[in-house]
Amino acid sequence: MSERLRARFAQANGEGRAAFVGYVMAGFPEPGQTVPLLLGLEAGGTDVIELGVPFTDPLADGATIQRANEVAVAAGVTFADCLGMVREARAQGLSVPLVLMGYDNPLLAYGEERAAADAAAAGADGFIVVDLPPDEAGTFREACAANGVSFVPLVAPTTAEERMGEVAAVADSFIYCVSVTATTGGAEVPEEVGDLVATIRRHTELPIAVGFGVSTEEQVARVGRVAEGVIVGSAIIAAIEGGSVEGCVDRVRSYVERVTGRSGAGA
Amino acid sequence: MSTDTGSDLAPRFGEFGGRYIPEVLVAAHEELEEAYKAARNDPAFTEELADLQRHYAGRPTPLYLTERLTAEVGGARIWLKREDLAHTGAHKINNALGQALLAKRIGKPRIIAETGAGQHGVATATVCAKLNLECVVYMGTEDIRRQSLNVFRMKMLGAEVVPVDSGSRTLKDAINEAMRDWVTNVRTTHYLIGSAIGPHPFPTMVRDFQAVIGKEARDQMLEQAGRLPDVAVACVGGGSNAIGLFHPFIDDPVRLVGVEAAGEGLSAPGRNAATLVAGSPGVLHGTRTYLLQDEAGQILDTHSISAGLDYPGVGPEHSWLKTSERAEYIATDDAEALEGFQRLTRSEGIIPALEPAHAILPAIRLAEELGEGGDVLIGLSGRGDKDMHTVAEALGVTL
Repeated sequence: MSERLRARFAQANGEGRAAFVGYVMAGFPEPGQTVPLLLGLEAGGTDVIELGVPFTDPLADGATIQRANEVAVAAGVTFADCLGMVREARAQGLSVPLVLMGYDNPLLAYGEERAAADAAAAGADGFIVVDLPPDEAGTFREACAANGVSFVPLVAPTTAEERMGEVAAVADSFIYCVSVTATTGGAEVPEEVGDLVATIRRHTELPIAVGFGVSTEEQVARVGRVAEGVIVGSAIIAAIEGGSVEGCVDRVRSYVERVTGRSGAGA
Repeated sequence: MSTDTGSDLAPRFGEFGGRYIPEVLVAAHEELEEAYKAARNDPAFTEELADLQRHYAGRPTPLYLTERLTAEVGGARIWLKREDLAHTGAHKINNALGQALLAKRIGKPRIIAETGAGQHGVATATVCAKLNLECVVYMGTEDIRRQSLNVFRMKMLGAEVVPVDSGSRTLKDAINEAMRDWVTNVRTTHYLIGSAIGPHPFPTMVRDFQAVIGKEARDQMLEQAGRLPDVAVACVGGGSNAIGLFHPFIDDPVRLVGVEAAGEGLSAPGRNAATLVAGSPGVLHGTRTYLLQDEAGQILDTHSISAGLDYPGVGPEHSWLKTSERAEYIATDDAEALEGFQRLTRSEGIIPALEPAHAILPAIRLAEELGEGGDVLIGLSGRGDKDMHTVAEALGVTL
């Protein structure tokens, strides 16, 4: 539920640190690894999980996440399968909030109302839909609100300041700040991202999480000093790709432990 | 039925259209919409475009009565709107000129484009050479293989051709890659989309730039035939030549027939490109429209003998014309397209591109049904030089 998201940001920020938001793609590298990866992310110290919903045409994603999409689509992973993975992970004890992230068409094919209701029932807490700006999201936002799941809007460096207020107004848990005009993994987070966060800050009291171009320990720490959340995607996918399939959960867990300087065991 | 959605730049055609885009691109689309609204009402812009259309692109293109084909069929007269005679050999130049002028007006020095058959890429590279704009064209590696001549043409014109090796390596993936470039370089770059697809305002803007086809054809029919056609027929991939031909006839008692590519057959998912005939509504490339997709919303592979029709979506205005029943859509398979190609070539000495070749047999059937005294208008969107290798291969001829 969106309440679980708000509570987790509040908890992390209350500990004097930014929440760590980690992304994996459902069905990558294999469908059987997704639930262990979700649990591994939590064990490594991840506060909020983004679970990618595969799509054939991920037009805002760079090469790394494109590959993950292609593998997952080829494995036949559908939105319904993603919900099944969330349900299973919850049954195995996953406790951190989880948002589903992807593109609009698989949600439309599943049915917007049904997608929001079934996501809530499966134990998901929200949606990030890359190609569904608030202007086009009317019916889906209603469905999310009716089912207690969060619709997370994005703000970009090109978003006009007069629009930021409108975008922020639809948020009910956190705001996803795209740090740089690029595809995912396509550029490094700029030094001046704090200015962008400060501008958004004038329009919302909700937590702001910064993603795109964040991968190293230094970048995670730097972004964590200016925002309430730090989002890492491509670097986690790269960690999954960086060795044997069997070892992917360990590699992801160590990566998260290294960049956050903590583990989830005591959280 | 009120169909002039262009007058106020409405973002939707009924339930179709809209702007389903990453937040990074919202500002660029708003800027483009405002710039286009201002430009279309600015005589300096419309006169410059009209001047280029006339002296550079060779407009108006002729309306031609097929005498032998009409006699062979023995029914209604069959007329061709000769976009194959426009500069660069297809209707694509109409849109490329309009958008490139607009990009200059907005102050964007860099143009990116996608291309399937290469016709839009060539038109864009041509216009960029003329207007001194940087030009990058994305093209699937499968299409690069099929259309090597057009790749060389683009390079000669000074464009950079970027091979796209993801997905099905065709038009759809070239659009994805162009979008990724735009997401990255949006501040300096205009994405010159080649069909009446994509996010608002592209479907309306491209329609308006292509409507010169139908406006001319309507005047020419009245002048040369003394009446409007009974039916207008055009091939539909993304659908820009069809919407350009259809739109000026929307309020007339003229039947509108769009012909999609049935590829190897409608019963073979992934082996055709008949989006309106065989698809269902969804969201792809920034617009809500009919798509070829599976039950889970994944986009299907497509196939057509013509690279220019090989696309799993379609312009949103066509989706609306279908559901509102103002236009009807049918599909012609690869073999029928080849037959239409040969029929027109031999009877009239006009070699059509494989895209409009899809419209020939349906037009002949319509002419037979209408009988003498009727008139059928075909949008002949391009010439077939680029397709000679494909046709030779399909006919089992080694060049």
